[in-house]
Amino acid sequence: MALLQISEPGESTAPHQHQLAVGIDLGTTNSLVASVRSGIAETLPNAEGVHLLPSVVHYSAENEAVVGQAALTFAQTDPLNTIASVKRLMGRGVDDVKQAGGYLPYEFVPGSSGMPLLHTAAGDVSPVEVSAEILRELRIRAEQTLGGELQGVVVTVPAYFDDAQRQATKDAARLAGLNVLRLLNEPTAAAVAYGLDKGSEGVIAVYDLGGGTFDISILRLNKGVFEVLSTAGDTALGGDDMDRLVADWLMQQAGIDAAADHGRQRHVLQLARAAKEALSAEEVTDITVSRDDGSAWSGSLSRDDFNSLIAPLVEKTLGPCRRALRDAGIRAAGVQSVVMVGGSTRVPLVRDRIAEFFAAEPQVDLDPDKVVAIGAAIQADILAGNKPDDDMLLLDVIPLSLGLETMGGLTEKVIHRNTTIPTARAQEFTTFKDGQTAMSVHVVQGERELVDDCRSLARFELRDIPPMVAGAARIRVTFQVDADGLLNVTAEEQTQGVTSSIEVKPSYGLGDNEIESMLRDSMEYAAVDRDARRLREEQVEADRVLEALQSALAADGDQLLDAQERSVIDAAAAALAEQRNGTDYRTIKQAIKVVEKASSGYVERRMNSSIRDAMAGHSVDEFES
Amino acid sequence: MAADLSTTHFELFGLPQSFEVDTEQLDSRYRELQRTVHPDRFANASDLERRISMQQATQINEGYQTLKDPLRRGRYLLELGGYQFDDEHRTTSDAAFLMEQMELRELLSEVREAEDAFAALGKIMDRIDGDAAILVAELQRLFAEAVPGASGQIADALTKMQFFRKLQQEALELEVTLEDEIG
Repeated sequence: MALLQISEPGESTAPHQHQLAVGIDLGTTNSLVASVRSGIAETLPNAEGVHLLPSVVHYSAENEAVVGQAALTFAQTDPLNTIASVKRLMGRGVDDVKQAGGYLPYEFVPGSSGMPLLHTAAGDVSPVEVSAEILRELRIRAEQTLGGELQGVVVTVPAYFDDAQRQATKDAARLAGLNVLRLLNEPTAAAVAYGLDKGSEGVIAVYDLGGGTFDISILRLNKGVFEVLSTAGDTALGGDDMDRLVADWLMQQAGIDAAADHGRQRHVLQLARAAKEALSAEEVTDITVSRDDGSAWSGSLSRDDFNSLIAPLVEKTLGPCRRALRDAGIRAAGVQSVVMVGGSTRVPLVRDRIAEFFAAEPQVDLDPDKVVAIGAAIQADILAGNKPDDDMLLLDVIPLSLGLETMGGLTEKVIHRNTTIPTARAQEFTTFKDGQTAMSVHVVQGERELVDDCRSLARFELRDIPPMVAGAARIRVTFQVDADGLLNVTAEEQTQGVTSSIEVKPSYGLGDNEIESMLRDSMEYAAVDRDARRLREEQVEADRVLEALQSALAADGDQLLDAQERSVIDAAAAALAEQRNGTDYRTIKQAIKVVEKASSGYVERRMNSSIRDAMAGHSVDEFES
Repeated sequence: MAADLSTTHFELFGLPQSFEVDTEQLDSRYRELQRTVHPDRFANASDLERRISMQQATQINEGYQTLKDPLRRGRYLLELGGYQFDDEHRTTSDAAFLMEQMELRELLSEVREAEDAFAALGKIMDRIDGDAAILVAELQRLFAEAVPGASGQIADALTKMQFFRKLQQEALELEVTLEDEIG
């Protein structure tokens, strides 16, 4: 249909040009990049043929940051400057970090925006910047392998990530110079990778236990549409915690003090992880722990003993499973298959317990480490416009309710969890004092009744409210959540039509200005490069807008527009075509805005008519028989 | 600028305006509509198209949620018929119903003392779901009979439904709280 032509501008400009797009799984322990090449989605290895990139960054005073395996080698010798598991800190505040502090042996300093900074030999760095280093490494790997600049990426996030964590992830991608086509939930990506769209229909569960996060999603598949019915999880639960439990046991056995230095703790943690991995295949494993005085403890750990150590942790994942089923309105027996994702699902106890809970044999055909990146690559390929005929569609939900603080520190939910996105909801407020001209609003996310138990997302002030008697003003605050699960808040005073100025300050994130200035500071965006890049971006955007407009006008311009409307659009388009060849990106940007404004009514009319077309085959009468 | 779609959710989904909704039809229409307007279809389009696509996808989600849920569907139908809800002051005078509400509330407050709190909570939730299902059947009957002036009766049933919805919400919050506590 005509409308889809507008959505595939990449197609119309150069029909045979393949757009370079990748999927990135930014994991707690390891990260991966994948792409669709010759019709096959596969993860991309580095020069040494290794696919997994350890999510570890090492900072030093002299050299640039080192990422991956090379950074991991510093874990024991230079633990404070070797940042691992940074995903656990994304979108978190100083207080949250203190809670996780026992697990993460770094030196934290409070940042300007309530966000904790990590103190390293190379200066204080934010979790967003650390993540950006990992993403940049993957971007370089992809561009070298694929032989060109990336047009766009799909970055995956745990389904249970809240707004702040999602925003932090998107910021990290921007900082790494990536164009984010979509933030995709990890379980949804896994479902796509399993090719469950091909033929398979019905309800499935995706159980995703990674290094540091746990997600459960219930999806309904129908003719290429992946509809997430519900999701639940725990963003601070994963394989790392198993390692921690085993490490605690080892330290106890070896008589090592819990207050041992960071290097010793890392050593024991690595032994613990190795033991966990060995016990996936073996019944028993031998371990030798070296002590500070050079002596050593040698012993063994059986799978049964390991199972009893981690059993409470596995049980803890069942609560979210129950909740997800209930929210989806599905009984465990109604789930046709369970897809296992994340390295920690290799643990036999996890598989056994989940098989028992859902009364279904878990699907483990694909490498649980790679499945998310592969699904993201498939989605990236489609979003980039490489498969215009593919009608796969992913409908995701918001994982946690969004609300506002009301009197007495209580939460009022505005958008409930597991609402399909994009979604919007408006709430009306009034003034409680005569002549009141400002009002403060606190946006929170979570299920708990008390504001203090929920996550604070943003506080903002509504200003310029026209002075009226108490209770007369009607201020409409609108929450809009986009397809990435990101929230945008706007406000308007209704009685006098004044749009109040609002300033949303993320509680634990970066402001747009901070990101801009970080981008400015970063080496690869030297001023000249930046302007050249902006110019190129605006030119591409101008071509895209003009192409789309011309093909739309050719299709239905005569039917939907009168001569007057048409001439306004044509004039704006002609002006843009001329500006496009200039050298100032700002002028082009301005000309694009003019075209968009001139054609907005027309574009809306087209969309509405395409909706009518979609429903045209069905008349109301056909159901009344 | 708000997207100007068809006037009612029923028209948008090409379904007859009725409390009885063919859920299979509704589901498949929903998928068809989202396939047409979802922002993922406009990943490379201009900002304007992306914005309109998001508004329309939002509106379709809103319509779908409204038509899928008996409580919201019922309210929407009454509102389409010109009925005005006064949410601030709505309650029911059905004494037996209110007694049951009190009993359910009491059960919820005692969940913590149960040996298996989750099992106890699950049982209460099942009971609430069961009671709510009976109310939906009652609503079906009331809408089907379409007695003139039955709006008040329907509104009363919807208010009761709202009570159950609130209980369901509280039960879910309690479940999350309990999970946090054992964690």
